[in-house]
Amino acid sequence: MNLTLKVWRQKNANSKGELKTYHVKDISPDMSFLEMFDVLNEELLLKGEDPIAFDHDCREGICGMCSMYINGHPHGPEQTTTCQLHMRSFKDGDTIVVEPWRAKAFPVVKDLVVDRSAFDRIIQAGGYISVNTGNAPDANEIPISKEVADAAFNAATCIGCGACVAACKNASAMLFVSAKVAQLSMLPQGQIERKRRVEQMVAKMDEEGFGACTNTGACAAECPKEISLANIAILNREYLIAKATSEYV
Amino acid sequence: MKLDAKIPEGPLAEKWNKHKFNLKLVNPANKRKYEVIVVGTGLAGASAAASLAELGYNVKAFCFQDSPRRAHSIAAQGGINAAKNYQNDGDSVYRLFYDTIKGGDYRAREANVYRLAEVSVNIIDQCVAQGVPFAREYGGLLANRSFGGAQVSRTFYARGQTGQQLLLGAYSAMSRQIAAGKVKMYPRTEMLDLVVHDGKARGIITRNLITGKIERHSAHAVLLCTGGYGNVFFLSTNAMGSNATAAWRAHKKGALFGNPCFTQIHPTCIPVTGDHQSKLTLMSESLRNDGRVWVPKQAGDTRPPYEIPEDERDYFLERKYPSFGNLVPRDVASRNAKYVCDEGRGVGASKLAVYLDFADAIKREGEATIRAKYGNLFDMYEKITGENPYKTPMRIYPAVHYTMGGLWVDYNLMTTIPGLYALGEANFSDHGANRLGASALMQGLADGYFIIPYTLGDYLANIGWNDKISTDHPAFTEAEQAVKHQISTLLSINGKKTVDQFHKELGKIMWDYCGMSRNAEGLKGAKQKIRELREEYWQNVRVGGSNEELNITLEKATRVADFLELSELMVDDALHREESCGGHFREEYQTPDGEALRNDEKFAYVAAWEYKGPNEQAVVHKEDLIFENVKLTQRSYK
Amino acid sequence: MNWFTKTFTSTIGRKVIVALTGLFLCLFLVVHLLGNLQLLANDGGKSFNTYAKFMAESPLIRVVSIGNFAFILLHIIQSVILTMQNRQARPVQYAIVASNASWASRNMGFLGSFILLFIVGHLSQFWWQAKFGAMPTIAIDGVQMKDLYLVVHKAFQNPFIVVFYVLAMGFIGFHLSHGFQSAFQTLGLNHVKYTPLIQKLGLAFCILIPLGYAVIPVMMYLRSM
Repeated sequence: MNLTLKVWRQKNANSKGELKTYHVKDISPDMSFLEMFDVLNEELLLKGEDPIAFDHDCREGICGMCSMYINGHPHGPEQTTTCQLHMRSFKDGDTIVVEPWRAKAFPVVKDLVVDRSAFDRIIQAGGYISVNTGNAPDANEIPISKEVADAAFNAATCIGCGACVAACKNASAMLFVSAKVAQLSMLPQGQIERKRRVEQMVAKMDEEGFGACTNTGACAAECPKEISLANIAILNREYLIAKATSEYV
Repeated sequence: MKLDAKIPEGPLAEKWNKHKFNLKLVNPANKRKYEVIVVGTGLAGASAAASLAELGYNVKAFCFQDSPRRAHSIAAQGGINAAKNYQNDGDSVYRLFYDTIKGGDYRAREANVYRLAEVSVNIIDQCVAQGVPFAREYGGLLANRSFGGAQVSRTFYARGQTGQQLLLGAYSAMSRQIAAGKVKMYPRTEMLDLVVHDGKARGIITRNLITGKIERHSAHAVLLCTGGYGNVFFLSTNAMGSNATAAWRAHKKGALFGNPCFTQIHPTCIPVTGDHQSKLTLMSESLRNDGRVWVPKQAGDTRPPYEIPEDERDYFLERKYPSFGNLVPRDVASRNAKYVCDEGRGVGASKLAVYLDFADAIKREGEATIRAKYGNLFDMYEKITGENPYKTPMRIYPAVHYTMGGLWVDYNLMTTIPGLYALGEANFSDHGANRLGASALMQGLADGYFIIPYTLGDYLANIGWNDKISTDHPAFTEAEQAVKHQISTLLSINGKKTVDQFHKELGKIMWDYCGMSRNAEGLKGAKQKIRELREEYWQNVRVGGSNEELNITLEKATRVADFLELSELMVDDALHREESCGGHFREEYQTPDGEALRNDEKFAYVAAWEYKGPNEQAVVHKEDLIFENVKLTQRSYK
Repeated sequence: MNWFTKTFTSTIGRKVIVALTGLFLCLFLVVHLLGNLQLLANDGGKSFNTYAKFMAESPLIRVVSIGNFAFILLHIIQSVILTMQNRQARPVQYAIVASNASWASRNMGFLGSFILLFIVGHLSQFWWQAKFGAMPTIAIDGVQMKDLYLVVHKAFQNPFIVVFYVLAMGFIGFHLSHGFQSAFQTLGLNHVKYTPLIQKLGLAFCILIPLGYAVIPVMMYLRSM
């Protein structure tokens, strides 16, 4: 198949970018979207042009590094990661517009590459259980019901790709933050730091410049790991209870 | 060079405890005077960085990804082994040790493997305490499954995403230390050289992948937790960025490389669809519990699977291995798939695939049951191939998955360069010639959480905190110059072939001659081809752009330059090891019915290779493997 | 900042204020509708005017109505601040947006602005008039009182005003379609058992309440023809 691509090109964080048009030919429907970009980049390189920088690593939908905003959707038309999107989702002759994630908290580094370190800083603010290596009791000492373990797992499957921020009209990071808060607040191991954790993570989230959640649900609809919107309600609840009852003034 | 593995004296079960007591300690107040560099933030790196920082050391951690959470450990699916014996089915530390040694085809050190089995139980405790949501029974206790043909259920898992959950646990522990200021994290930073002075590792040279800035980092010790080198083959289940550069450059600075030819080829991957293919996707081998592997009996049969009647199908694994059938170990399943494809009986457009058919299982148990067991894998398959595996058989083919070889380390995980350590897949130590399923996660975390915190202290206590050089030292200047020189050379060649083209060619050579089965003639030819390709690379590669920017081609170019050297060492090793064992199958050495034939008389040793200079023949050193506790037997799956 | 101001200047805190005030305004809508339905009583305004007199004189209602205005104001202020923050969170816009979210949820600000416009018009037309304007009076059961019913009756003889009211109720309906259930989500009230119920209730609420309101001008207009 032959396609027209309009791709955001931006030399570095400080320069202005623009959409540039490229044509790719003889694309196999079995290719992944990123392999189509590989083909284009090989052509660009041989023509002496700068290949398009984009983030990717595992290419099996789990590392969360790939991050293209394709035709108005993070990760494209299917609810999956960009690396698991295949060209059979498009038609011959299609025009595909590819942009980077857009958010103040995710500044563009180059072309389609953005800086998502804000997510790491939110986790550093409290997305953990403080247990030094060697301090753990026997793993079966605290039983956890299967329902709770499964629910915690479902929240924990977040890959930190940032599609929720990219999809949200407010560039809100609430789905990401809520997934971690929900996971740890459900588990017995997470109780000790439960209040401090949510207070600090939300404060960090706000400080990083993400928008507020207005419950549109766009994040969950695009999340490649199907993180549920219910987590955001849990986050709100945890935050309010913590603010009202914690000892940190 | 005399290789001293520093295996403690005494009975197997007491070695580690005794050794821990004999190791020197660093006074708690003095720990903050030491700096430790950790390269790579997968299971081994993140767990080591977190644990060392908790002890009080100052840690600098590096990864090439945009976040430490993205290291490729995250992609591990199946699970993690631990000798907890929660199932009361007769598991024990000794049994896990024995299975691992035997599964590795008797090419691993007894003492290391025993210690691995010993600390496996602590890993599970630690991870649960971190909030890792392992699968549980209704009673609230941890669930286990049996994995990779093990006779006991000792594998802990978090659905098909165990690696992800374990890594996020280690990442969160490390994040806590970053917040505490004890770990300084350098994402999007790649190590390009090791600085050695006075025979000791002193620091590293890195490139900031965004600005291109070449930087110097000095420390008392350097830990390489950089994973394996499966991407030598271009196509593998590794992540696109997985590379051997850190390990290889350390090797060139004097660290011996152990058993480089031991690579694991996983039988159940989604086959290649064309030249555009950039990587291969693994599907859990649990699929072989219900799927039947077959190809047409006739070569060149192009009928679709449903038109091929039962008596014209060859269920070759069931035919050749009646007792294990489709559940033979990874290496055996992979090799046999290759044989039938070599005979022209492969299926699909590429003819490089075999069927994995669930029709019988669906008939027997119903589609709903099969969906409950494998639904996510079937969905993944359909997403990638566009075919519905409930209706038409899956097509699978083996793919490079894991490298058992790596930097040679002693019992303390120290390489032959004092102060340089290798952890996880980056070292060679625990899996011998073949790794068992669910053991990679175990080893990475064992090294990082429970071994290096003890053994590193011994080294640091011995050298003292003054034994460190500043980044102004000539050793740093020299290493930085070499890195800069290599980069400017790559940028100036401006040839006609892209880095990927070279990488694909290299991958093809390796896959054809140093892959699932190898022979002397092919290996000799491959060595020549690699040398020619390497020579061409340095004359004809095209790397556009400059160093002072995010330059994705330049990143690849430095990595492929190293693959072009490492691959030759793999071939050398495969050529010199005149036996078949585990993942290394030499066609000249097989039993009359085509099974791997080990030669314990001559090859029960670790081959540790020493770098002798560009285009010079590497030299092999031998560490004899002494088996005091297990009896060496031939594997049989008939 | 102390913990209290910190809480209510955080993104979640502001949202909670929007949710709480929004839910109060939902309650107001119910009460206001119940009162206003008396306009359809067909008794020449007797019950409605009595009700209006009670509302105007009761000190309790006075307090509540001040609260009501304050909540509307708070609802608006917090929403405006949040909207501005949210705009700042994405300084560079996408070339193409193809959102999966509902139209109403993405346009609450627009809907709310129109509703504000309506409220201003509505208040100046009736509330301001009743409080400060020259009002006709009527004697009911021997008590002299303002004839608010007549003012309403007159207003709804104008088809433009009727259309404006019906349109505004449509906007309120869309605003509620997102706002009602969204408020529960913001307050953290989400549960597998009860959320489906809340969603159904929200759907019923956003249809029935505006419909009830819209019936009044339409009926009065039709009757006056």
